[in-house]
This record gives sequence, C-alpha cells and structure tokens, in this order.
Amino acid sequence: MTPRRQRMLVVGLVVAGVAAAVGLSLRAFQENLLYFYTPTQALAGEPPAGKRFRLGGLVEKGSVRRESGSLEVRFQVRDNQQEMTVAYSGVLPDLFRDGQGVIAMGYLEPGGVFRADEVLAKHDENYMPPEVAESLAAQGHPGKPGATVTAPN
Amino acid sequence: MWTWFFRLASPPHVYALAGKLGLWFLIPAFALLAVGTWGGLVLAPPDYQQGDAFRIIYVHVPSAYLSMLIYVTMALAGAIGLIWRMKLAHAVAASCAPIGASFTFAALVTGAVWGKPMWGTYWEWDPRLTSELILLFLYFGYMGLRSAYEDINQADRASAILAIAGVANVPIIHFSVIWWASLHQGPTLSKLGAPSISGAMLWPLLTMILAFTLYFLGVLALRVKGEVLAREFQSRWAEDVLRGISTAGSQ
Repeated sequence: MTPRRQRMLVVGLVVAGVAAAVGLSLRAFQENLLYFYTPTQALAGEPPAGKRFRLGGLVEKGSVRRESGSLEVRFQVRDNQQEMTVAYSGVLPDLFRDGQGVIAMGYLEPGGVFRADEVLAKHDENYMPPEVAESLAAQGHPGKPGATVTAPN
Repeated sequence: MWTWFFRLASPPHVYALAGKLGLWFLIPAFALLAVGTWGGLVLAPPDYQQGDAFRIIYVHVPSAYLSMLIYVTMALAGAIGLIWRMKLAHAVAASCAPIGASFTFAALVTGAVWGKPMWGTYWEWDPRLTSELILLFLYFGYMGLRSAYEDINQADRASAILAIAGVANVPIIHFSVIWWASLHQGPTLSKLGAPSISGAMLWPLLTMILAFTLYFLGVLALRVKGEVLAREFQSRWAEDVLRGISTAGSQ
C-alpha cells in the first residue's frame, strides 16, 4: 500500500466512523426527542404530571376569544382527534391565526386548561402573494389556506 | 501525468491567477446583488401570511446555503490536502473558514430577527437552529485549532481532520426539519418536485443565491492570494512581489 493510499484510507475511516457514530446517536434521539405533545397525548396523561411541557397543534377555527381590557386570550388547540383549551396572556406572534400550527409552552391547570407563558407559531414552506392564496383557497386547493390541514405529528 | 496540474498549483502562478479570479467573480457578484436586491425588495409581492417580513429570505436563505456549501468545500480541500499532501489545498481550506463563519453568523442573526415577530421568539433549541449553531462552533474550532499550532504543516493536518469529521453535521442541518418536529419550516427549494414559492418571489431568491456564491468565490480567491503569499513570504517570488508592493506604495 502506498502512503497516499494509506492516507486516503484514514480519511475514509474518519468519515465512516463519524457517520456511524452520528447515525447511531440520531437513532437514539429519534425515539426520545419529542419537541411537543399533541392534545390527544396530553389528555391521555403522557406528559409528566405537574411539569411544564410543550403542547402543539392547530388553532381551531373561530375559537380565539380575547378579553377586553387585557392581553388575556383563550383558544382551542387540536390535533386530528382531540382538542384542548389554551389560556395565554401576552403578545401573540404575527403568524398566529386560525388553522395555524402553534406550540405553547406551559403547564396543565387542574381544570384541564393549558396555561401557556409562551406561544410560538410554526410557519410552513409555502410563499405566495395574497391574491394567489385567495384564489387557491377559493378552489379549495389541498394544503393551502382555507382548505383542511392535517395535524402535525 | 499530473505535472501540468502541479505547475498550475505552483504558488507564484496561483498568486497571479487568484488576483484575477477575484475580480472576475466579484464584479458579476455585485451586479447580481443589485438586481436581486431590487427584485426582492421592490418587485416581489408581499407574502400572504408574513407580509413584507418574508423578504428576509433574500439574505437568510443564501447565507444559510453558503454556510453549508463553504463547510463542504473546506472539508473537501482539507481531505485533498491530507491525501495528496497538496499545500495549495490546505491554503484553500484555511481561507474558507472565516468566510463560512461569517455566513453562518449572518444566517443565525437574520433568522433570529425574523423569528421574534413571526414565531414569537428569537431563539429556540430546535434541531435546525441548534445544528446551525454547532456549524458556527465548528468553524470557530477550526480557526482556533489552526492558530494553536506554530508549525503550519501540523496546523494543516490537524485542522483538516477536524473539518472532515465535522462534515457529518451538514446533512443533519439539511434534514433536521424533516427528521424531527422542528419549529423551522421545511425546505422550499431543495427538494424533489417544484419549489413551493411563487415565481415572482423565486427569481430574486435564485439571483441572490447565485450572487452570494460568486461573492464567496471572489473573496475566497482574494484570501487564497493572501494566504499563499503569507506561507511563501521567505521565497524568492514572494520577495519580488512584496518589493513591488512597497515601491508602488512609496511613490
């Protein structure tokens, strides 16, 4: 084996070794790294009791209720099976709206209401002018605003 | 068989060529940058959900794309330098790092500025954001490791191995939004099938990506020029070059 071949082999082994190590740790991650719980999981008692957790889902259409004179807002977050009331006091992100995917950080109150201290809105990968969005919604295009959206898993 | 290649890679030749290449890349880069900026900020319509805030895409996406492209370039150059003992390749790898770190920083900052009003937070320990931050630390580690060695050959070898090992992070950044439930949106352009962005918004984005890439190549060429001169400063040709610069400066 020439020295050059040997060095090529070493570089190859470094890449293969790191790739294998990363691949294995990612496999382990995939099972543990859960960024949020869905309302179905939360109602089934999956998040540890009394602990803060993230609740993720879609804002139920027409469910947003604002209290006059304060920043207090209540809305329903749902997945494709269950829904849950979220109470939040603060400024909502610009992308927050009916049907939008949101992640709320907080805890479950005894009454079954999720008290959030942070609400994040998730954006999708579609970019278009408002007129296009309107005409797509009018045609009931799947996956576009105005049409039924699937819950994130 | 490879003699022409090695002659091409001889330091005085590279020094002269890199200076010319730098200009050839930078002039079209600035022209395209002007076109893309006009197209993105003036001609493109506002987004249906984000309004005008989506326009950060014209800086954020090219920066993020280059942060990864430059890392792969750096690792490949390092591997070539390691395997073929080619000093020019190491010079290229070393020149890549500060440019790549700058684009990574730009991608993180523009993302944070956009994230506060849109998502509701500047920073989230989300798979995409975290892996991009690790990329920034890889660049810092690479530059730190290089400067820790007195001997440039040792610095070349050690930093090349670090760059090659770190390349595993690049696919993680790209696929993080697909593999995990991430706050960051999925890929708009780099996927099979048509891009999910309207044409009037797309062309300025592609123009900006091309402009940023040409800018990177131009700055890389100029950095390689300086790097080659710094490495060869005791040689005959470098002395001639430096004497030329100092006489030109004193006139």
